[in-house]
Amino acid sequence: MTVFKKIFNFYVDGFKNQSKSSRKLWFIILIKLFIMFAILKVFFFKDFLKSKELNEKEKSEYIINNLTKQNDEPN
Amino acid sequence: MNQIDLSLVDWSRAQFALTAIYHWLFVPLTLGLSFIVAFMHTIYYRTGKKEWEVITRFWMKLFGINFAIGVATGIILEFEFGTNWSNYSWFVGDIFGAPLAIEGIMAFFLESTFIAVMFFGWNKVSKKFHMLSSWFVAFGSNLSALWILVANAWMQNPVGMHFNPETARNEMQDFWAILFSPTAVHKFLHTITSSYIVGAMFVIGISAWYILKGRHIVFARKSILIAAVFGLVASIFVAATGDNSAYDVAQQQPMKLAAMEGLYDGESNAGLVAIGVLTPNKEPNDEKDPFVFSLKIPNLLSALAERDVNAFVPGVNDLVYGNSEQNIPAVSERMENGKLSIEHLRKYNDYKKEGNEIEAAKSLEIFEENYKDFGYGYIEKPEDMVPNVPLTFYSFHLMVGLGFLFILIFIVTLYNVFNDKLKDKKWLLRALLWSIPLTYIASELGWIVAEVGRQPWTIQDILPVSMSTSHLSTSSVMITFAMFAILFTVLLIAEVRIMLYQIKSGPKDL
Repeated sequence: MTVFKKIFNFYVDGFKNQSKSSRKLWFIILIKLFIMFAILKVFFFKDFLKSKELNEKEKSEYIINNLTKQNDEPN
Repeated sequence: MNQIDLSLVDWSRAQFALTAIYHWLFVPLTLGLSFIVAFMHTIYYRTGKKEWEVITRFWMKLFGINFAIGVATGIILEFEFGTNWSNYSWFVGDIFGAPLAIEGIMAFFLESTFIAVMFFGWNKVSKKFHMLSSWFVAFGSNLSALWILVANAWMQNPVGMHFNPETARNEMQDFWAILFSPTAVHKFLHTITSSYIVGAMFVIGISAWYILKGRHIVFARKSILIAAVFGLVASIFVAATGDNSAYDVAQQQPMKLAAMEGLYDGESNAGLVAIGVLTPNKEPNDEKDPFVFSLKIPNLLSALAERDVNAFVPGVNDLVYGNSEQNIPAVSERMENGKLSIEHLRKYNDYKKEGNEIEAAKSLEIFEENYKDFGYGYIEKPEDMVPNVPLTFYSFHLMVGLGFLFILIFIVTLYNVFNDKLKDKKWLLRALLWSIPLTYIASELGWIVAEVGRQPWTIQDILPVSMSTSHLSTSSVMITFAMFAILFTVLLIAEVRIMLYQIKSGPKDL
């Protein structure tokens, strides 16, 4: 048996023979990751600069503009 | 300068504080309990005694619950960097990216690989490899913490970088200077050793509960012995690393130290406040005495801050209004430097666009000469440099008081374990159980001192919080704040319930 197959079987056995509490924990982990990545990240936590569809140079200009705005300029 | 709406800044700040505080409820137990489990596992490996297998399995199970519920809660902080703190995220450039990338790889390969061996490996892999996997998980968890703390330390003491005025990003120049800056070293050592206290008290407190209930006495006694030795050694290290951290704060963030000590007027032979009650509504440079009541240990603050009992320790007023005798510039001077630096950052980029290289070079020189005070250019008035003194002061003193209490608790516990008197002292057993939340409180207080005490800075002297946020609507931040509060509270309730169920079920009887 190859090393990779042994490792694979080790994980499969481990997951198969988990206790009830361990399965409950996996369920909580999966729900949590779903909420975090499929809901929060997608709908509420878009990367602010990426969402502006700027290239790297434009992003730099945007930040420099933010950092060096004068008092009389609009926000 | 045109700054972002303050309510947006405060909500973004509150959201980050909420997620960081919740995240930190899971982390210290992982860091501390992982090593305790590794020690127990090693004893089982060496002795082969069944009782140590039971002990190791039980605490490993509780470690697993905490790890599973807490895993990835820190990623939400990274979401917030990209969404709420885009100015900051861009500004820090690869300084933050590199340590976080290494952390991701370390966490994935070390923790994820060996945690599976640790839990699934009973009777499946060799006993030696299985025991070593517990150690790898412990070291992996602690190494993950290292990279996050290095990134945080850089914000408190930005070294090893160069700001590129064309990209508006800090570029890493010396990785080793960032990794081994005194701030990073002291912060890492102080944070992980304080987490070991959380792990130790968790084991001791739960074991004390078993003794109170008359259950699993042998298991509890052996668990307490291991955890109390580990906790005592860790708590002595915490005191030593705390001293080094305070020295580093005195050198890099004197305003934070002044707030920690409620010191308004600097003095030579400064005393350390052992106990004190601050005067409410005290403002810089007013006539009020800073303390309603205080008990000071003479000369100790000078000794701790400067390693010299006669040294001068600056207070809030010296740092805000300047002290020419001590060569401390006023904030107003640094504000002028900062404004000049910002102005020439803009001019430099304008001249570059126009192709005027001569003027661009002149502006660059002025910008770089004043860059050390860049962030001061955004400060509206000198008094804005003062963090929340009561919150910093009380958090610091309560944390230190609890730290010394923990040393005492570990000594008393060990004395009673060695003399086999623990089971007769119900008051001590109850105190040990109730000491579990105290360790969490002390750990969170440490972060409050570190983060509240460095306000108004996101990056010390270079970028204030008010310039770090994205231009979002305040309501959207309020909504995500509420969502996080609900999500994390649900996770915490789930953790506590599953933990309590496992604790009530107890270990398999010896």
